[in-house]
Amino acid sequence: MRLAFASGAVVGILAPAVGFFLVQRRESLIGDGIGHVAFAGVALGYLLDVSPVATALAAAVTGAVAIEVLRARRLAAGDQALALVFYTGIASGVVLISVAGALNVDLFSFLFGSILTTTRTDLAVVATLGAAGLATVTLLYRPLAAAVIDEEGARVAGLPIARLNLVVAVLAAVTVGVSMRIVGILLIAALMVIPVIAATRVAWSMASTIALAVTIGLSSVLVGLTVSYYADLPPGGTIVLAAVGAFVLTSAIDLVRSG
Amino acid sequence: MPLAVELSDVTFAYGRARPVLEHVSLAVSQGEFLAIAGPNGGGKTTLMRLVLGLERPSTGEARLFGEPAHAFSRRADLGYLAQRSQLTVDAPTTVREVVAAGRVARARLLGPLRSNDRDAIAAAIERVGLADHAGTPLSRLSGGEQQRAFIAKALASEPSLLVLDEPTTGVDVESQDALAALLERLHKTLEVTILYVSHEFGAVERFVDRLVLVRGGIVFDGPPAELPDLWHDPSHAHA
Repeated sequence: MRLAFASGAVVGILAPAVGFFLVQRRESLIGDGIGHVAFAGVALGYLLDVSPVATALAAAVTGAVAIEVLRARRLAAGDQALALVFYTGIASGVVLISVAGALNVDLFSFLFGSILTTTRTDLAVVATLGAAGLATVTLLYRPLAAAVIDEEGARVAGLPIARLNLVVAVLAAVTVGVSMRIVGILLIAALMVIPVIAATRVAWSMASTIALAVTIGLSSVLVGLTVSYYADLPPGGTIVLAAVGAFVLTSAIDLVRSG
Repeated sequence: MPLAVELSDVTFAYGRARPVLEHVSLAVSQGEFLAIAGPNGGGKTTLMRLVLGLERPSTGEARLFGEPAHAFSRRADLGYLAQRSQLTVDAPTTVREVVAAGRVARARLLGPLRSNDRDAIAAAIERVGLADHAGTPLSRLSGGEQQRAFIAKALASEPSLLVLDEPTTGVDVESQDALAALLERLHKTLEVTILYVSHEFGAVERFVDRLVLVRGGIVFDGPPAELPDLWHDPSHAHA
């Protein structure tokens, strides 16, 4: 349980910090697409009898890079790249998981999260990758923000836009990989996106949006895990519903303020 | 004066389509204030992209400050104001955050801003008259003020060449006049080369040294006063 809370805290901070850049690039659903590819990775892990977390992480990064390459080289227009990778992931996952004969309860924990399955090794992986992800966002904050505000302008100014986009895609994949044990593959994208949407309702600047989104993400994980523990519910659901509660609250504040 | 921009017999087509521009030659000296006008679809945005090195000519050559435009090494010397439709920031963003984005190429890529960067950002905000609104979210400003914030962003890297793409779109007539006066002031005080790209040049006509009309090629190049009446409204040019 303590391990779950420690891992959850990392996830609660990392997911909205990365999600901010996805939402601003109008790629709110990309985390969902990567999550479905991670599902294929989990299935592959069962089939090969290796750590499903490692194979999911590898699959997520591959999927994220594929989406970015398809988009950047204009091999697939708009959200077609996302759709292609999304459905390839879920279809491969279903086929592989059936072949591995792993349609069981443990799979359910990957889909919707679990507070009982976090091991010390998991925590070490989550903490290391989470810290690396947060350090990357912090170090690259100014160029990433510049690309969000005006991508074409940043390109004219000589910023390495293609590489920055790839960094965001890989960050999203790593976030999915480290979060799936706690929040679950089907709901991880929500934790990347909903705290950011909630924060924009009351924030006054980009920096305050990120700070508030991270606060909401962390609070949602802590509240969600607590409810999950006492009510014996899948943590993915309770965490995301807590984030939705934060959205309702900030929307109400915004409504009262502007009304 | 040395040249800021030089296009030599440039022809450009997207893929195998018909050329958008044919046999375009254009030389812009450093310090000029040039308006590039023409009807929509006439090729002026393509011409601007060639100048900025975002596209490479199918034939001919595009140079920026003497270097091939696509491989220009001093990109922080370019200030660019994109079309309004491309500048939609969903998150609350303050004027200072927008302008700081224009300083990234000049500052260190990683780590915090240095004091000279912060000074340049403050100076750019001051120049466009938004010093009192530096901490205000863009969404609380008028269309004209938002446009000024983005001009300050283009100025933040202290550019040698300022390129403005359709800067008056979505801005009311009064703000358009103020914008033209601001550009005239910036041109005089900063001695920056300005390329003003628009399908309508209205208020800025009084200030530019030179007007270039683009319609598949350059159909007029000279002082605005010499523009034949026939073409006076470039959006309806009958070349």
